[in-house]
This record gives sequence, C-alpha cells and structure tokens, in this order.
Amino acid sequence: MANLRDIRRRIKSVKSTSQITKAMELVAAAKMKKAQNQALAGRDYADKLNKVLVNLKANTEEESHPLLGKREGSKELMLVISTQRGLCGGLNTNLLKKVRLEASEDAEYVTVGKKLRQSIAKAGGKIVTDWEVSDPVPFNDAKPIAKFLTEQFLSGEYDKISVAFNNFVSTLTQTPHVSQLLPIEASALAEKQDYEGVGKDEIGETDDAAALSTDYEFEPSAEGVLDKLLPLYINFQIYQMLVEARASEHSARMVSMKAATDNANKMVKELTLEYNKARQAAITSELLEITTAMKAME
Amino acid sequence: MPFQLDIVTPEKTIFSDTVDDVYLPGSEGEMGILSMHAALVAPLQPGELRYLKDGKIEELAVGEGFVEVADDKVAVLIDLAIGEDAIDEAQVEEAMKRAEEALAGENVDHDEAAALQMVIAKSEAMLRLKRKRF
Repeated sequence: MANLRDIRRRIKSVKSTSQITKAMELVAAAKMKKAQNQALAGRDYADKLNKVLVNLKANTEEESHPLLGKREGSKELMLVISTQRGLCGGLNTNLLKKVRLEASEDAEYVTVGKKLRQSIAKAGGKIVTDWEVSDPVPFNDAKPIAKFLTEQFLSGEYDKISVAFNNFVSTLTQTPHVSQLLPIEASALAEKQDYEGVGKDEIGETDDAAALSTDYEFEPSAEGVLDKLLPLYINFQIYQMLVEARASEHSARMVSMKAATDNANKMVKELTLEYNKARQAAITSELLEITTAMKAME
Repeated sequence: MPFQLDIVTPEKTIFSDTVDDVYLPGSEGEMGILSMHAALVAPLQPGELRYLKDGKIEELAVGEGFVEVADDKVAVLIDLAIGEDAIDEAQVEEAMKRAEEALAGENVDHDEAAALQMVIAKSEAMLRLKRKRF
C-alpha cells in the first residue's frame, strides 16, 4: 500500500487540477452562450442573402461575373479554421482528418488559429498565410480574409477556394465540414444552409422556392447588383463560418472540461478512500505493536 | 396599408415589424417604398433610413448593404443600423477624424482608400442624424 504522504500529495494535485478545469468550464460556458447567440443571429442575414443570391444566379449568366465562373484547373487553396488554444476535445483532430480527406494533393493552405497551423505545417502542407481572430468574432475580422481569398482567386493563382471549419450543430455535437467558397455555385448556395446547424429547420426551403418564382427588378442593373452583392456575400460567409467555428470551440471546450472535472472528482474520491484505508491500516498496526509491547513487559 | 419590414445586420436583427412606408438611401438616390411595391433588389449607401409606424416617423442611420423587396415584404440587409439615441457623437467624430487622417497620409492603396471613405460616409450619416434634432 502506498504511503500516506504520497496519497495526500496526489489528492492535493488532483484537486487543484479539478479547480482549473472547473474554472475553464465556467469560462467556456459563458463564452459559448455568446458565441452561440452570435451564430444564431447571423442566420437571419444568411438566409436572406442566400435567397436573393439564388434568385440572382437564376437571372444572370454564369459568365457575367468572374466570381461565378468555373475554372478548368484544379489548384486548390483551403482556408482551415481551427482554434487558437487546445483543451477542446477532439475538435481539431477531427477537422484535420476531414481536411486530409477532402483536400486535393497539391492544395495549399491558409489558416485561422494556431492549432491546425502547426499540424498542417508538420505534415508538410504549404501554408500561404495565417490570421488570428479575436473573441467574440467582429465582422471586420472577416474582411481582410475575404479580400485576400478573393484576390488569390481572381489573380488566377488558384482555381478553387474552399473552407474547412467545425460546424456547430449543438453543444454536444460539432461536425467538421468542408465547403467551396469560390467559384460561387448555385447548388452550393442552396446547400450552404446545411451548416447553419441549430434552428436550420426553421430556415424553410419554401423560402427558396418563393424567391425563385419572383421576378426581381434590379437597380441599377443585375450586373451592378452582383458587383456589390458577391463581395458582401463572401465576407459574410467567412464571418458566419468563423462564428460557427468559434461556437463549436467553446462548446467542445466546455464539454471536455466538464468531463475532466468529473473525472478529477471521481479520482479524488477514490484516492480519499485509499488514503483512509491506509490510515486505518497504519493505526491498526500501531495498536498491535503497542499491545504486543505491553504483553512483553508483563 | 402596412407591410412587413425587416432590418437585419450580420450581428443581429434590428427591426422586424409592420410599417406604413419606408424611405431608403439607394445608391441611385433616395427611394420610397410603399405597400405592394414590385419585387426589387438594390444596393444601399450610407445614409438615413426612415419608416412610418403608427403615424410616427422613426429614423436610423444605416451603413452599406442592400434592400430586397418581395411578396410585400421588405428586407434591408445592412452592415450598420443605429438609432439616434445610440449614437455617441464624440466617438463617431473621433473615428471620422482618424479615418480622414489616415486617408490624407501616404501609401494608402485603392482598397484602403475606399474602406476609409466608407467609414467617413457612415460617420457623416450618423452625425447628420444625431445633429438634426437640435
């Protein structure tokens, strides 16, 4: 049986670990609430934007805007949105697996968040640049990223731009997701609503049908509207993905920290039991020694 | 006849209710929308948005975005929408001054200049709304 002092020391260390994980859990829970609300709030906008764009696409030629046209080549640039800090369960590992699965052989990467930047660099992927995004995600943080990606696409450097991020479904579930950002495809527009997770059932498909049946007037012209709308759309897509990823991160962290706290508490309980047993054994043997000594004296 | 107006920013839904009319700062000039308007999509520029609700005119300073009219519903998707009482005059002035200084400085590329001009235009829209009351 381990000696008393060792057990006492272990109990103490496990207890302090559980205090830290408990604190992290609470912090993550508070941030999670905010991030989830933000993700939800963006959905109204996303829904409306998608609706208009689906309709716009139907009313214009595919070649009418360089951001819509499909390219022959297959050079891919992938934006990977991971987390800045660890301790969030299997979130980043799962995303990395998905990236390995979906990315083409010669794909190059742009990253947000430190965690997967390190993993991708270690695996030999070429990282073009990286960003940090503050918490909570401000809309303005998406702009430079969107601008950079659009420029890369328009310059002809890459033929396809995709984004890998963790899709926030619920506090307990986050799924890694890869979606194509550029060129913008009509099918992708309709499908985009998929990743929006919570409450997506309410974003009715009927909305799309209604939009398609409406003949819009464009002011000043369909092309003029496209020029304004498409960059806005890309900005917003990136913003929404950043927000989804952030909501996923905090949810995953809260859940894994809760598990860690529970495990630590269980461990403290077990160790306390062991400690008491050891103490009792020590007392018993001491008593025994005393009585034996007394017997010998008689 | 009242119709549905939604004003939505990426961060939240600012307004969602029925109104009697709405005036918007379109990129081609101010436009008014009444009930039964034809389906329309048009970009908006920073300026003032007015709507009439229960006989009262409400005003908001808005940023860049666009408006969609369909099925007697008006959706305004905008990156900024702020009421008169929420505008902090000093803060807006400060931001505007910073943007003007940055614009006057050297090595500002085309995109940055456009972004800065947008900041100035939004600030002006907010200040105009704020000062109108006095």
